[in-house]
Amino acid sequence: MASIIAGVGSSHVPAIGAALDNGRTGEPYWKRVFSGFEKSKQWMAQTKPDVAIVVYNDHASAFSVEMIPTFALGCAAEFPPADEGWGPRPVPVLKGHPELAAHIAQSVILDEFDLTIVNKMEVDHGLTVPMNLLFGTPKEWPCRIIPLAVNVVVYPPPTGHRCYMLGKAIRKAVESYPEDLKVVIFGTGGLSHQISGPRAGLINSKWDKSFLDNLTKDPKKLTRIPHIEYMREAGAEGIEMVMWLIMRGALDDKVDEVYRFYTVPASNTAVGHIILENRRKAAAKNKRAPAGRSKQAAARKAAHRIASKGRR
Amino acid sequence: MARAQHDYDDIPGTFVFDAERSRQGYGINMFCMSLMKDENRKAFKANEAEYLKKFKLTPAQTDAILKRDYNRMLELGGNIYFTAKLGATDGHSFQHLAALMTGSSQQDYAAMMLAGGRSVEGNRSKSGKQRPAKAKAKPKPKSKPKPKPSAKRK
Repeated sequence: MASIIAGVGSSHVPAIGAALDNGRTGEPYWKRVFSGFEKSKQWMAQTKPDVAIVVYNDHASAFSVEMIPTFALGCAAEFPPADEGWGPRPVPVLKGHPELAAHIAQSVILDEFDLTIVNKMEVDHGLTVPMNLLFGTPKEWPCRIIPLAVNVVVYPPPTGHRCYMLGKAIRKAVESYPEDLKVVIFGTGGLSHQISGPRAGLINSKWDKSFLDNLTKDPKKLTRIPHIEYMREAGAEGIEMVMWLIMRGALDDKVDEVYRFYTVPASNTAVGHIILENRRKAAAKNKRAPAGRSKQAAARKAAHRIASKGRR
Repeated sequence: MARAQHDYDDIPGTFVFDAERSRQGYGINMFCMSLMKDENRKAFKANEAEYLKKFKLTPAQTDAILKRDYNRMLELGGNIYFTAKLGATDGHSFQHLAALMTGSSQQDYAAMMLAGGRSVEGNRSKSGKQRPAKAKAKPKPKSKPKPKPSAKRK
């Protein structure tokens, strides 16, 4: 049986991709950003997922204003990086998992999430930047990718609650897939930022921190945040954060936060990053753990594990 | 028909790209989308006014594009991810556009971002609802007296 073992939240700032592509990662400004993902790359290298479901949004690359699907699931065998005006990013073509993707589509549509099936799609920085942050810059991506593009460009995007519930439906779909596959789900975008109009440059670190805290502890609270609050508090484009709730919905109610990183700014945006593990995974990893081990101890242990990895 | 009023119109310095603006700005955004192709960028740069005739634009939209009035483009239905392609065609970085839209120099804008960005304090609302949205939304139901058992209805 396939299962979702962990969730990753990550910003997808295009300038991060540009810094990578133009060899500027060593500059102090960018070092500050990239250093926050060193431990995450180690975590990912150890976790070795078979498939990553990446929830992201397209930025006028694959979809213009001609067609605006609210949820579009990539069911293709591969997804080339899009030309966003400077040529395609020099990253490997992303290999899909058409069988699992088709299974998810069939399952969630019957669960009343009427998503769009996409059999041909290029993917832009919204997807490729988080891939780089978590997998580095390999010659080939080490796992299959299922892109889930969410409209957060034309208002209104789906509500946070709808996103959260879609996450639950995706989890159910994955868990009914017969092949043994380890799946990690990404929520990308955010955190607070506004890049349009006279209020551009808005950052709200306090709000971001509260969002990350609740993402771990009380995601249901986040599902009640109305769109107006995202836009007012986290910037017009900060509304992208609803996508993180799809990731969160696909995880257990109780999760272990094994890593978090936050910095301001990357270009015009607050960069946020979190790794949440389902507890079953932690339990499976440590078979000696007594069944009644306290939840806090599990979280401490997971946090320690990732921290110690960073020390080399 | 006048634009319908929305709660988010109260956010200062913000043009929310809603379905109505998406409809209104279709021409602007499709024009910007065309700039993804090099041959189109060249044609546009060779004769901007002539090139714009290929798209369904109002005189105000054409004027905003020719003047590079980015805020006006947003107001008339342009979306930032699309108008940024016009900026790129002009050879500008995104931060240049952001500085333009905020009426500051690029240097000042970059310095503001490095210092933590624009504060939300004083920037939440035109009408003076400056408190965080959560603070006013939450306590309300609690302070309400419990409905009488007889008032049960659905």
